[in-house]
Amino acid sequence: MAENGNGSVKEGFEMPEIKYTKLFINGEFVDAASGKEFETRDPRTGDVIANVAEADKVDVDLAVKAAREAFDHGPWPRMSGYERGRILHKYADLIEQHIEELAALDGIDAGKLFAFGKAVDIPGAIRMLRYYASAADKIHGETLKLNGAYQGYTLKEPIGVVGVIIPWNFPSMMFFLKVSPALAAGCTVVVKPAEQTPLSALFYAKLAKEAGIPDGALNVVNGFGPTAGAALTSHMDVDNISFTGSPEIGSVIMQSAATSNLKTVSLELGGKSPMIIFDDANLDMAVGLASAAVFFNKGEICVAGSRVYVQEGIYDEFVKKVIEVAKGWVVGDPFDPKVNMGPQVDKVQYERVLKYIEYGKRDGATLLTGGKPCGEKGYYIEPTIFADVKEDMKIAQDEIFGPVMSLIKFKTIEEAIERANCTKYGLAAGILTNDINIANRVSRSVRAGTVWINCYFVFDADAPFGGFKMSGFGRDQGMNAIEKYLQVKSVITPIYNSPWL
Amino acid sequence: MMGQRLVSSLLSRCLYASHRILNPLTRQERKLGLATRISQRFSTLTAIEDPVTPPVEVKYTKLLINGQFVDAASGKTFPTLDPRTGEVIAHVAEGDSVDIDCAVKAARKAFDEGPWPKMTAYERSRILFKFADLIDEHNDELAALESWDNGKPFEQSAKEEVPLLSRTIRYYAGWADKIHGLIVPGDGAHHVQVLREPIGVAGQIIPWNFPLVMFAWKVGPALACGNTVVLKPAEQTPLTALYAAALLHEAGLPDGVLNVVSGFGPTAGSALAGHMEVDKIAFTGSTGAGKIIQELAAKSNLKSVTLELGGKSPFIVMDDANVDQAVELAHSALFHNQGQCCCAGSRTFVHERVYDEFVEKAKARALKRVVGDPFKQGVEQGPQIDEEQFSKILEYITSGIDSGATLVAGGGRAGNKGFYIQPTVFSDVKDEMTIAQEEIFGPVQTILKFKNLNEVIQRANASPYGLAAGVFTNNLNNANTLMRALRVGTVWINCYNLLDAAIPFGGYKMSGIGREKGMDSLNSYLQVKAVITPLENHAWL
Repeated sequence: MAENGNGSVKEGFEMPEIKYTKLFINGEFVDAASGKEFETRDPRTGDVIANVAEADKVDVDLAVKAAREAFDHGPWPRMSGYERGRILHKYADLIEQHIEELAALDGIDAGKLFAFGKAVDIPGAIRMLRYYASAADKIHGETLKLNGAYQGYTLKEPIGVVGVIIPWNFPSMMFFLKVSPALAAGCTVVVKPAEQTPLSALFYAKLAKEAGIPDGALNVVNGFGPTAGAALTSHMDVDNISFTGSPEIGSVIMQSAATSNLKTVSLELGGKSPMIIFDDANLDMAVGLASAAVFFNKGEICVAGSRVYVQEGIYDEFVKKVIEVAKGWVVGDPFDPKVNMGPQVDKVQYERVLKYIEYGKRDGATLLTGGKPCGEKGYYIEPTIFADVKEDMKIAQDEIFGPVMSLIKFKTIEEAIERANCTKYGLAAGILTNDINIANRVSRSVRAGTVWINCYFVFDADAPFGGFKMSGFGRDQGMNAIEKYLQVKSVITPIYNSPWL
Repeated sequence: MMGQRLVSSLLSRCLYASHRILNPLTRQERKLGLATRISQRFSTLTAIEDPVTPPVEVKYTKLLINGQFVDAASGKTFPTLDPRTGEVIAHVAEGDSVDIDCAVKAARKAFDEGPWPKMTAYERSRILFKFADLIDEHNDELAALESWDNGKPFEQSAKEEVPLLSRTIRYYAGWADKIHGLIVPGDGAHHVQVLREPIGVAGQIIPWNFPLVMFAWKVGPALACGNTVVLKPAEQTPLTALYAAALLHEAGLPDGVLNVVSGFGPTAGSALAGHMEVDKIAFTGSTGAGKIIQELAAKSNLKSVTLELGGKSPFIVMDDANVDQAVELAHSALFHNQGQCCCAGSRTFVHERVYDEFVEKAKARALKRVVGDPFKQGVEQGPQIDEEQFSKILEYITSGIDSGATLVAGGGRAGNKGFYIQPTVFSDVKDEMTIAQEEIFGPVQTILKFKNLNEVIQRANASPYGLAAGVFTNNLNNANTLMRALRVGTVWINCYNLLDAAIPFGGYKMSGIGREKGMDSLNSYLQVKAVITPLENHAWL
């Protein structure tokens, strides 16, 4: 592991001023009805950054009421798609003017790399917003071929009030992954950001207002899952709920939707994504991609390539090289541009990752490198690699959400496919090979929502993203995502003396 | 827009009381300086005084090739004229086949070597969005230049057409990163992808009636798809295309991606349509020129062709119609833009039960139409584009009178300078009359009478054209029947001339081939490539 910077906090970085800490309801920043607040902490130090208003059921009710009113009587769904698109483009322009500040907010709130936030996270969120801004005038119904003398067509109508619950690992991307298509469709939205990372969402709320998004069309209620989250998912006036997070919570949300008003649900949940490396792969590329796939963002990413399957012909050499790469991975203050990996988001996650490392050792996997915390304070963990991992071990089954790679050797394509699918998850997969037949076969055989061939983490606004199996259902991104926020209405009327049917 | 029309319709009602019915002119009257005499009789038009000086200067008069403004290789120029006076606005470089070769070469290089088609679609879209913002910033300059060169009311340019230009560019900018091919099921164990690739170098020839709107319809989808373009604006109106192209370069368009060659059809236009290195030609203009273009494409390299040509579009007023509203809509359907619209509602079919009332009110509305300097506020109608069109329209008016149609309003020149024509209305028009069959492209409304739905369907369809139709009724079943029975590319029901960026536009029959605007237009600028590869041990098919 690098000598410099590991686990340390960089001095002298000017922290952004925390301007917005209240709830954003009906176009105004307001305190929680109860007056309660909670602390959001800097994961580098565990210190409190700010006290943030804590929403409860009462506040969620107010936010939903505002969103309902904005949908039922407000201008947002009644303006043309072009007009909505113009406002969303303006919104994107405003975010563009604050990239640095927003990246810093996500940096201190989530421990994310500042340089990466500036270069990737925030521009990615902007790109997402622009994609849907220009999709707003491209939502098409269809005219139909009916079995009789009828004229039929479909209308794609905005579904109504959308509840959005997002995680802390990509606060900005997740916000716009959900909010942009919902707003483009003409829906109104109530967002509950993760309690770990409420700050950038509040900033986005403020910019939304500045861009001209009408009051009530976008509301942000910070708070906790069991209170604010539950109130939103069980609300009788919410028409759709879109969630990204853990499978356990996904299940609770779906039940909550079922026992309230049968609102439609989309879930983007966990993963235990396989990275399958075949003998013919370019070894250096494979080592680079495999380590980035699991160490990127401290492993706190639902699509982490956390099970690495390597074919036996290159296994030994792969192991040698991947250990080197892991050791060279610099852990430290996310505001330091030399750093590859910041701290885990909070104490709970930090302890959970360390616990899984213990499970790995206990179950008989071979610890090749890492395995320990680093630094004197904060939640830093070394990039960790286990070899000789079996599918029945806990570290191969559960989502660790930390920088822990499980290495597995395989012989044949059939074996790789079978073992890669031996998981309750199905979010993503990586395939490394230059053999077109292997690539085509494995990409159809792996039961996962995204397959990256000779690349990884290539997210794009135009590429639908979501899971098979317990990784969830429904898709974010792409034109598919807009469908979640639309109702389909068939309109049929008799047609007389038509020259064609 | 509809609201405004209704308001003006209501306002106009108070003027209807004083109209007078005119007797058809005698043959002798026609022989004696017909135009001026009619002009004197229908003197409700505003006087055409000294022209207002347009608030803009002409910055660009050269050819735009490979990112540079250059003179024509021959050094030749041609004058572009002010239709208000017939005087020269500017001398513009005149491209011919040598210049077209240079422009195609630049476009070819920009396509084959990039960077334009090699950029990400998102990057292309950012440049087009920037272009749209620049158009908005220069709205009034573009509008002034457009009205000066074309003669259309400045308010129409500034409030409708330049905004429609930026709107259409934004629409296609937004498509750039949403162009999807399908993954197609094979019959056997094959993986099949469909790639939608840019087609290459697109030649585009646009008309003079809506220079900037036509620029948007052509250039927007072509560039969004990743093509490069050689554009030939109409020789009557070369100025705004050059200005817009300059703004597009300011927005960051790479050199050679859009080349603008001003010039004439038989020289520059033919060279483009017949060029072996041009992969696609898109043309908007007359049916006659459209035939030549298709022939040139066929004789050269079989480039694919999109044609948006003439029309003789029916506007059908059913017996349940509110006559005042129908009159207003039919009036604007025909007279908008001096009647110089390919989709003009130039055959006004009116149900016999409301026919007489309709004719009287249509006449009154035409007499009230404000003709004058397009730069004056409140002017509804400016001059026709040029002397050729002006004379042609007057000939059609003569032909209408000769064939026995009743001239109820207008019928001649307005003023004594420039190319102004009085808003003209004929009633008792029969299907076989020339004025009911040919595209007049001027402010001449022809009103025909019909008895029932089947009859009007048959008569409306009895035309070599099939561009558009208007239907005026609140009867749902009649509306639905007409909507399907009319053999035209656009049917407007209780509205007209709605030309949103997302609505496909184009013709049946001799009104053309292909569609512009909407998603459909993308198809004109994309090649489809199917990619097939076997699957071994497939998990599913």
